[in-house]
Amino acid sequence: MFLKNEPEITPELVKAHGLKPEEYDRFVALIGRTPTITELGIVSAMWNEHCSYKSSKIHLKTLPTKGKRVVYGPGENAGVVDIGDGMVVAFKMESHNHPSYIEPYQGATTGVGGILRDVFTMGARPIACLNALRFGEPDHPKTRHLVSGVVAGIGGYGNSFGVPTVAGQVGFHPRYNGNILVNAMAVGVAKREMIFTSKATGVGMPIVYLGSKTGRDGIHGATMASAEFDDKSEEKRPTVQVGDPFAEKLLLEACLEIMAKGCVIAIQDMGAAGLTCSAVEMGAKGDLGIELDLDKVPCREEGMSAYEMMLSESQERMLMVLHPHKEAEARAIFVKWGLDFAVIGHTTDTLRFVIKHGGDVKADLPIKELGDEAPEYDRPWSEPKKRFAIRKGDVPAPISNAEALLKLLGSPDLCSKRWVWEQYDHLILGNTVQQPGGDAAVIRIEDGPKGLATTCDVTPRYVEADPFEGGKQAVAECWRNLCAVGAEPIALTDNLNFGNPERPEIMGQFVMAIRGIGEAARRLDFPVVSGNVSLYNETNGQGILPTPTIGGVGLLEDVTKSASLAFKNVGDAIVLIGETKGWLGASAYLATICGHEEGAPPPVDLDHEFHHGIIVRQLIERGMVTAVHDLSDGGLAIGLAEMAMAGNLGAMIQDFDPEMPKNALFFGEDQARYLVTCDGSTAAQIEHHLNEAGVPAKFIGVVGGNTLNLPGEAPILVDELKSAHENWLPGFMAQAAE
Amino acid sequence: MHAAVITFPGTNREGDVARALKQAGAKVTHAWHADYELPKGTDLVVLPGGFAYGDYMRTGAIAARAHIMDAVRAHAAKGGYVLGICNGFQVACEAGLLPGILMRNAGLKFVCRMQHLRVERNDTAFTNAYTAGDIIKVCIAHGEGNYICDDETLKRLEGEARVGFRYCDAAGDITKENPNGSLNAIAGIYSENLRVLGMMPHPENLIETLVGGTDGKGLFASLGKAA
Repeated sequence: MFLKNEPEITPELVKAHGLKPEEYDRFVALIGRTPTITELGIVSAMWNEHCSYKSSKIHLKTLPTKGKRVVYGPGENAGVVDIGDGMVVAFKMESHNHPSYIEPYQGATTGVGGILRDVFTMGARPIACLNALRFGEPDHPKTRHLVSGVVAGIGGYGNSFGVPTVAGQVGFHPRYNGNILVNAMAVGVAKREMIFTSKATGVGMPIVYLGSKTGRDGIHGATMASAEFDDKSEEKRPTVQVGDPFAEKLLLEACLEIMAKGCVIAIQDMGAAGLTCSAVEMGAKGDLGIELDLDKVPCREEGMSAYEMMLSESQERMLMVLHPHKEAEARAIFVKWGLDFAVIGHTTDTLRFVIKHGGDVKADLPIKELGDEAPEYDRPWSEPKKRFAIRKGDVPAPISNAEALLKLLGSPDLCSKRWVWEQYDHLILGNTVQQPGGDAAVIRIEDGPKGLATTCDVTPRYVEADPFEGGKQAVAECWRNLCAVGAEPIALTDNLNFGNPERPEIMGQFVMAIRGIGEAARRLDFPVVSGNVSLYNETNGQGILPTPTIGGVGLLEDVTKSASLAFKNVGDAIVLIGETKGWLGASAYLATICGHEEGAPPPVDLDHEFHHGIIVRQLIERGMVTAVHDLSDGGLAIGLAEMAMAGNLGAMIQDFDPEMPKNALFFGEDQARYLVTCDGSTAAQIEHHLNEAGVPAKFIGVVGGNTLNLPGEAPILVDELKSAHENWLPGFMAQAAE
Repeated sequence: MHAAVITFPGTNREGDVARALKQAGAKVTHAWHADYELPKGTDLVVLPGGFAYGDYMRTGAIAARAHIMDAVRAHAAKGGYVLGICNGFQVACEAGLLPGILMRNAGLKFVCRMQHLRVERNDTAFTNAYTAGDIIKVCIAHGEGNYICDDETLKRLEGEARVGFRYCDAAGDITKENPNGSLNAIAGIYSENLRVLGMMPHPENLIETLVGGTDGKGLFASLGKAA
């Protein structure tokens, strides 16, 4: 066999590929010779952090991934969960942080495109998108530009593709100044027997290239995603891919059509490290070799080398193993949709990954080892320092509680994100029962009666203060938000965004957050079915706030029975479920009103979360409550204000705990709490029923009027709450960019 | 009523409008952009929302030149009904079925939200289930809905009462809440014979109490009775 070696493989070249010297030595030992440049490119793509999970794997293994509804857990393109009646839901969340910082519009679009492809590769038609976004401080000169570009990019892709973007999170913090987070999630549904995976079967089966042509964009995108940033990061702009939602929409329709016609044995989208990762994955999973002839790959540019083709991250492409006798039928479908369809190789029984180009063999590697023998690290980590709990009496009240409420409502983190979600088509498909702005979005499945609830959550402040409790809290809040609309939480996806894992304190955050996520997911019976790890989120040595975003999906057997947070009727009683201790450590009040980010975060009692969530769902199912809202950032006062604004109705709240400092009572962030409203005549009954069941419940006030009346405070007009809530973000974005 | 819903590559609200038509009792057939003929017995052609051909070049410009559009123009010329919604309105303008053009929203951003409309007249096949002057709440979802035409055309449209819907606030004030900068708050217009309607808003997404409301139903109920 003749392997032509173009450039000489030097230590500098190895380093430029992001491989450590010992990793390179491992690879040379594995293949028994010096690699070709194409092989070096392939292994750098397979063994970088983004594709190999080499720093995170041993910890991810500890997460609970099984459950009575789980069909496919982590390891596939998306997690798949059974929702009964022969239907499944497929979903996953993935980050596109580094590209979005370098080129916000294209970075965000390709993030959305990638996650949509993950879902429809499984055979599921996407029915909802979500996204969790974190930007630097508002005053940072780049923030406005990044917000504007990312939001336009997410909308630009999802709107054109034709899937509603229904929920999300947007937050700001100086620790994201040089490294924003763009986490995109997609949810799809399919018939259970129509789910496809990447596992190839059969020797000599044709491998087909589908979708858009291959260009030079995105070469080494995955390697970039696994490197820290510095001041020169913007020079990496050419590694960002360009999204084409139109091509993706066609690819969706064409793929679902060939799947329905029984043409597909295995299918894998070309995401990170494009052709390399997808081909290796299909072969390795099926215990088969793969041989590709790159002369057959549809290219957008002339003169592309094997190296470039194998590492291109051009978007909207798929690789498929085809039933040989279905080739004509499948080709006709792709031609109808105006997409490329090319047989570029076949499966073999050699377990080798062989790449031919221009008559030469450019790579010949053992396929299983490319994945299985990737380095795995148990990186050293240090236990995060515990913070002291702050006593509620020690937190000053620098301004009146009414002023504090208005200030919090208009703060960058808690203000209305309408400016963002009005740029997303959240109504297409005509199944959006609850739109953005509530605890969780609710989507009807086809013509009903079933529905899905979905949300994504994390409180990075808490994770920074205590990664273990913060990890628990992210899962608990996601679970609570699903319960608050009346859905049974069925599974979650996690997007773990952290700094440089080679620093023990960062690795410590990662390890402890995963433990917290695992503990909460086990107790709440809320398995992890898919996820993504994004490390090296640092710029010039400054890490982001640890941000493990949790995306959850819940099931509603009857979507017409979902609950919403808006106050509905004058005279309804307001009942607070859960215990209020006035926990202000690491709270939004402490950060925004007092200017301190300190103290331990609120502890999460998972037994309480579980019991309170179950009972709230029962109340909703039995039609005993008129509105439900979970309490989180900003505590009781923010919760009441959000219900008032949504329902355009005020409330009269009584002083139900005169002993407690009022700022702690109104703004404490104790967990496992919900606000519900019910007919005034049934309040006592509900209170009694819940207390009997061991769930603290307290009547705290009545809905009515056009003002929110907190005890000891001047009444605040609901319109005044609204203007504080609605005005900050549009005002901020309207200021002329520097 | 037999409706043919046209699918271009990139169309994405064809299912939504088909659902609304079926709810109103219409027979729905899907037709493909590369076809040369409409399904036999077509009473109404629907050009649905979406991003036909990716909205590349100009919204609607490529779709307007698809094979099926010759058949649609012939259908309109014979007095057949045509409904263009959102991207379909853009296609109808580019195809010469309606005057004027849709430009980028004045705010330069895509806008998706609930929007009030004033029903300008109820003596057409599209609106007879409404009352003239009704204020209805439907949704909009577009980046290029800013209706523009020359003065002459505008004068004609207004003179011949061919404006179908105008954007307004909940009280019906058309000087408020124009979401995209359209001339005279125009949300939809008719052809001369009142048998072609193009509109930016999406009545097809407001046909159920569970999902936002039912103010869009009237349009499909009207069409259901029309043929």
